[in-house]
Parts: sequence; structure tokens; C-alpha cells
Amino acid sequence: MTLNQLGVGRKATVKKVYSESAERRRMLDLGILPGTVVETVMSSPLGDPVAYRIRSAVVALRREQAELIEVQENFTADEMESRG
Amino acid sequence: MSVYVETATAAKECGACPSTSCNTAHLTRLGIKMDDWDYVVALAGNPNTGKSTLFNAWTGLRQHVGNWNGKTVTRAEGALRYNDRKFKLVDLPGTYSLLSMSVHEEVARDFVLFGRPDVTVVVVDANRLERGLHLVLQTLEITDRVVVCLNLIDEARRNNLKIDERALARDLGVPVVPTAVRHGEGLPELLRVVDEMAQGRYPTRPHRLNYRDAALEAAVAQLAGQLEGMFPGLPNARWVALRLLENDESIIRAVREGTLGDLQRPDAFPELMQLEAR
Amino acid sequence: MAANVEQLLETAARLRRETGDDLHGRITEAIYTDAGEIADRAVSRDETTPGGIHLDQFFDRVLTSRLWGFPLMVLMLMVVFWLTIAGANVPSAMLAQLLQGTVYDALHNAAQAVGAPWWLSGFLIDGVYLATAWVISVMLPPMAIFFPLFTLLEDLGYLPRVAFNLDRLFKRSGAHGKQSLTMMMGYGCNAAGVVSTRIIDSPRERLIAIITNNFSICNGRWPTLILIGTIFIGATAPPMLASFIAASSVVAVAILGIIFTLLVSAFLSRTWLKGEASSFSLELPPYRPPRIWQTIYTSIIDRTLIVLKRAVIMAAPAGAVVWLISNVYVGGDSVANHLIQWLDPVGLALGLNGVILLAYVVAIPANEIVVPTILMLTLNAAKSSLAQTGVMIELEDDAQIYQVLTQMGGWTFLTGMNLMLFSLLHNPCSTTIMTIWQETRSVKWTTVASLLPIGIGVVVCLLTATVARLLF
Ligand SMILES: Nc1nc2c(ncn2[C@@H]2O[C@H](COP(=O)(O)OP(=O)(O)OP(=O)(O)O)[C@@H](O)[C@H]2O)c(=O)[nH]1
Ligand SMILES: [Mg+2]
Repeated sequence: MTLNQLGVGRKATVKKVYSESAERRRMLDLGILPGTVVETVMSSPLGDPVAYRIRSAVVALRREQAELIEVQENFTADEMESRG
Repeated sequence: MSVYVETATAAKECGACPSTSCNTAHLTRLGIKMDDWDYVVALAGNPNTGKSTLFNAWTGLRQHVGNWNGKTVTRAEGALRYNDRKFKLVDLPGTYSLLSMSVHEEVARDFVLFGRPDVTVVVVDANRLERGLHLVLQTLEITDRVVVCLNLIDEARRNNLKIDERALARDLGVPVVPTAVRHGEGLPELLRVVDEMAQGRYPTRPHRLNYRDAALEAAVAQLAGQLEGMFPGLPNARWVALRLLENDESIIRAVREGTLGDLQRPDAFPELMQLEAR
Repeated sequence: MAANVEQLLETAARLRRETGDDLHGRITEAIYTDAGEIADRAVSRDETTPGGIHLDQFFDRVLTSRLWGFPLMVLMLMVVFWLTIAGANVPSAMLAQLLQGTVYDALHNAAQAVGAPWWLSGFLIDGVYLATAWVISVMLPPMAIFFPLFTLLEDLGYLPRVAFNLDRLFKRSGAHGKQSLTMMMGYGCNAAGVVSTRIIDSPRERLIAIITNNFSICNGRWPTLILIGTIFIGATAPPMLASFIAASSVVAVAILGIIFTLLVSAFLSRTWLKGEASSFSLELPPYRPPRIWQTIYTSIIDRTLIVLKRAVIMAAPAGAVVWLISNVYVGGDSVANHLIQWLDPVGLALGLNGVILLAYVVAIPANEIVVPTILMLTLNAAKSSLAQTGVMIELEDDAQIYQVLTQMGGWTFLTGMNLMLFSLLHNPCSTTIMTIWQETRSVKWTTVASLLPIGIGVVVCLLTATVARLLF
């Protein structure tokens, strides 16, 4: 899944960053790297952009940016169990 | 961390005054009076970490501060006297990295790289430490004379964060001073450390990045060697070499136009505004 | 040397190919790995007591919520202007009474006592002094309230939330989300707003932000809007609601400015400044309790007084010019009257009048002096016809200003409304134009940024005037 699909309050681990050139640099500088844990904090009134917690900072990204960040959702032990 | 040596004058002057104001007793805020100076101190750091607040506290000027990223977009300069030494303080726009390239971030990068500050204070938000360290580690690639100002420690306490600044200082190899600039906490200590660092009395062992890549290391070494031959006295050839490898257009342009050398002159920033005289 | 350089760059290019791609990614990863390890060793979290993050999150949920985000932004603006208008009312009147009444009379008496010639006392007192006095009484009280309030919101951390809320609209317009931050800086001063566009990385989006910054009403224009909104719009409502209605009218103009920002941005990004949207990342810092007293102190010292100083410096020569053109006679009438009559047809077609247009010409250096210039020109024009009657006209409160404008200047509700619109939609002041040139180094874009707003202003005023004439 990509970051924009991560629900509010959910956490995920970054797998790959597909952004390119200047945008890629910006994302990397913010600390969005493979292995980084991110959390969706809230979405703006019109649904886009969405704010994520990244390395303790809250950073808003537009859908176009979030779509290029592949993540894997983190589940707690309980959730894993209930999913079977 | 090494042990500080109290200067004799400091001890004498300190005798009578109450403990907290003791160290600030020999700080004189000089505002924009900067005809001459002994040392240049740059204030760098991530956006919104309190650089301008610190600048104001030490110079008595009123650079605008605001609770959002990107409040400062131009370089501002002010002065202070500490004991008998005059310092020129340079407030820089916030930046996430020395690798990025928006206009205001370039201002910060160029000054740290080529402005030859005697001390670079990197202001770090204690609540967002990793990101601050990202910039500290980059700065340490350029210069050894770094002091880390671990700011917003009051908010860190509220967030129940405990930060072992001694461990930090040991790992980074440069001094780390916890502060709450807005409340004046830690400022005397910070100034003392900056002063010692400026005089070269503070031994540092800066953390060296491990790029974990032999081919890269070799390439950097080769280019840096060539650069040093072409621009004698270039203070950070390794870093410029890395930028060339990364195809950084502004650095390539500077090399082509021969302005890489010019950038070393502190007055080579015509487009930047000084803080208005008030 | 040049050959050397090319050789160096070639070596760099070769080595770049050899070291493989995404060098930047690998380096950044290496740095963050080290940073992470160091941070982990240094930081420990005390999990036993809850942190302060929850209150922040609560505020954010409300201030950026689907339901409340936009209404709260408007409400916030309303509160700021209501406090400004209601709070400035009394001090403004007191200042006017002091400066235009007591001090003005005293100066004239003193001039008479020392036997100064009429032209000298006229030039200095009715020209230079009066313009300066008016600028102070019109600007000082509202700015001394507005700036601290705005700075409090800024220190609290509300501005990035506004940018967060509005970004979707800016994206639709092909503009950068941080443009709204530069827009809000423009609410203080457009020149500062233009410089603040440096936070936008992409040159295309930055240029859009620069060109549209003039749609942010600056400190020189708020007092005009507040005064006209109070006497022409607020005054139509029952006294209880007057300041609320006046505040609404000012907020409406500010929102209109945002709408024009979006429309013009959309136009530019679809025509002359076409291009890809650049990446957007906006950090939302924690809310921080503002330091109230310090904020009030610094925003009065730094902002209000600096702004006022500039206004006074601009007003003094403007006052001199106005007095001169009102008192130099050519062919039986003053130069000012000739100009006013010449400009009147155009002015009236725009729902304004010749006096207003002339005032805007005199006020090119600074918007601050529009209102004093209008009042002085109106009074002087009236005086020449009332000269023999020896009536002393005093302008010490809003009601008197209203009377002078309507009875002597022939103003109507339409004039007031269109002046508010024109105040929003006209050329930037000379300082801002210079700053735009410094930041863009382009004659073309400086010209566009200077003429586009006034072009729009003329069209809009023409439209409202025509509609008004058809309806009434
Ligand atoms: N609680 C607390 N707030 C602080 C402290 N230092 C600064 N602040 C606040 O942090 C915010 C940012 O301060 P600035 O000095 O403008 O930060 P800056 O680093 O210059 O920011 P940029 O110019 O955007 O890079 C302001 O609201 C300050 O009041 C501190 O020690 N404690
Ligand atoms: Mg700053």
C-alpha cells in the first residue's frame, strides 16, 4: 500500500520511496527512508493534504507526494490475532 | 565532554553577583554595532528551533520570530561582547539539510560552507532529535568547530523526554548544551562554550560519517584532491567533491564561474539583506 | 583554468557513473542511520506520565476538522477585526480631537502670534502637519491592536494550520500550499510578503506567489478599509451591531482578496506560468503558548511604530504636495481642482470620483496616505467655494468625516464600497514594486505584478458601478 491509503491513527513502516529529484531529496531530508515508522495524524478539511507524524514531527503531504511512498501497515499483536 | 576552565576574570567578576545572572554579567549586547569583531558565530539549525530567539537574546536586536517553519528567509547579523572579545552573530534561515536547494536554504548552506564562521552553533529541537542530528552530522563533515544547542528542553520535559546530553556530546565529539532559549535557561553556559570554542580552547573529536561505501570514499578523495589543487585554501573540499558527485547544479556553476573562491569572502552575498538598523 | 574546470567536471561525471545511482539517497540513509543510533542512545521516554501531545492533537482535530476548519478561520478573522474596530474607535477619536483640534488650533494661534505669512503657516500647518496628524490618528489605534492580535495567532502556531486547511484550494489553482503563508505575511506588509516567498522552492510557483501577494491587504490599507467600512457600512446598521457589521465588511474584502489570489493564481498557472506542481511538505509545529506581554510590546515597538514612522515620513511630503496643488491657482482655479475635474468623469464611471483617483496618484509611494489625502483634497475643494463664509470645518470624529464626504464630496454608499474594492485591487506601493524587482530581477514580471491588480480593480469597479446605476 502507499502512504495516502493509511488510515488516520494508523502506523506503518516505509518500504520504498519512489519520488524523484528535488522532491525525493525533500522527502529524504525529512527522514522518510525505508524502515522509518510513520503515523497518519489527521486530514485537512477538504481531504487533502494529510498530516503524518514522521520522526516526532507532524508534516503535511499532498496526495501526490504520499502516493509515491510505499509503506507496510504495522499491526499490534492483538490486531494480528483478530485477523487470524 | 572535557572540563571547562573558568577564566580568572570571570571568577573575579562573579564574586558578588547572584548565581543566575552571574555568567551573563560580562555579556554586552551590541545590537548592530559591528565595525570589527574577533570571531564570527553562525546560528544554523532546522526551521523553527529557536535560532532567531537566541540571536535576539544575545544581540538585543528584534529579529522576527514566529511559530512556523520558514519565518527567517534572509541572513541577519548582530554583535555582542563577551569578556573582552567581540562576536559577530549571524542568524540563518532554517534548513533541514545542507544538501537541499530552495533559495532560503541556500543562504544557510552557503554561509556555513563558505562564510568561514569561527563557530557554528547548530540549534536542535530536543523533541525532534534525529532530524536535528541529521543536520549536525552534515555540519561536522564541513567544520569541527560546532556547538550543539539542544533547545526547547522545556517542551521535552513536558513531553516526558529525558535526554542524556553527555552521551550525545560523547557520540558527536563536540559540546552539547541543553537550553530553553525562550526562558533564558542554559544561555550563560552556551555562551561560555561558544567563547572557548572560538578561541580554539575546546578539543573536539567530531563524529565522522560512515558512508559504508568504499567506491564512494575513493571517488570523494580523488575529486577533493583535484579541487584543493585548483582552489588553494578551500576549507571543505571533501564536501564540495560530494556535491559534484551528486551533480549539484549550484556548486557546478560556482566551480565553472570561478565563484567558489569568491564565496569564501564574507561579503559575497549581495542579494541578502542585513537586519534593518533600528 | 577553464580547461582544468571542465576536466574536473568530467572526472566528476565519470565517477558519478561509477559510484552508481541514487547517491543522495544512500548518503542520506547513511546519515540518518548514524543519527538514529546516536539519538537512541541519548533519549529515554518516561512512559509513566502522559505527555502534552494530547492537547495539541485535540486542538488540531478541531481547528482543521471538516466541519469546523473553515468556519473557525472566518470566525478568527472576524474576532480580530471586531476587536480592532471596536477597540480603536475611542482612541482614534481622542487622537483626532487632540491632533486635529487642540494642537492644530494652538499651532495656528502661535503662527498668528509670530506673524507668519499665510502661505507659510498654510503650507506647514494645513499641509505638512495636518497630513501627518491624520495618518497618526487613522493608523495608530487600529494597527496597535491588529498587529499584537495577529502576532499572537502567529506565535500560537495557527498560521501553518491555515495553510494546511487552504492548501487544497491552492493546489486547484496550480499554486504552492505555502503561498498562503506568504499571503499572511502580506497582511503585515506586501514587501515583506514578497520576500517571504523564498520559502517556495519552485520558481514558477514562487512567481505566482509574488504576483498575487498584492491581494493581501497590507497595514497601509487596513485603516482605509476600517474607516470606510465603519462610516459607510457599519453606520447603516443599528448602533448595537455597527462594529460587527463594519468588521464583517472588512473581513469580506479580505476574503475577496483570497478569492482573487486563487483566481489569478489559477489563471497564471494555466497560461503564462504553466507547469508541474512541485512537491509540498508543510510542518505543523506544536502549539506554543504566546508570551502575551512580550508580544504586545514587540509588536507595538517593532511593527506598529515602524509602520507609523514610514507613514509619517510619506505623509509629510504628501501633505505639502496637496497643500501646494490646492493653493496654486491657474486660470482662476486651483491646480488640484483642475486635476479633479479632469479625473472626475473616469472616477465617476468607476463609482469613485476625481478626488479618490488623484489621491491614489499622490499615494503611489505609500498606501497609508490615501485617506488623509482624500480628506484634505475634499476639504480644500469645498473650502474654495465656502471661502467667503469663513466656516471652520473640523473633522474630529467619524460622523463628521462621513458628513464632509457625503455633503461636500458628494459620496454615496457606492463610492464607499468601491473605494474599499479599489483599496484591495490596485497597484502595489512603490516599496513593494522595488522589492518585486529585487526578488525577480525581471522587468516583465514586475510590470505584470504592478499592472494586473489595478487592471482588475478598474474592471471590478466599473462593473459594480454599472450594476448600481442600472438598479437604482
Ligand atoms: N517553549 C519554548 N519555545 C521556544 C524556545 N525557543 C524558541 N521558542 C519558540 O519557538 C518558535 C520559533 O522560534 P524562532 O526563533 O523563530 O525559530 P527559528 O529557528 O529562527 O525559525 P526559522 O527562522 O523558521 O528557521 C517561537 O514561537 C519561539 O517563541 C524555547 O526554548 N522554549
Ligand atoms: Mg529565524
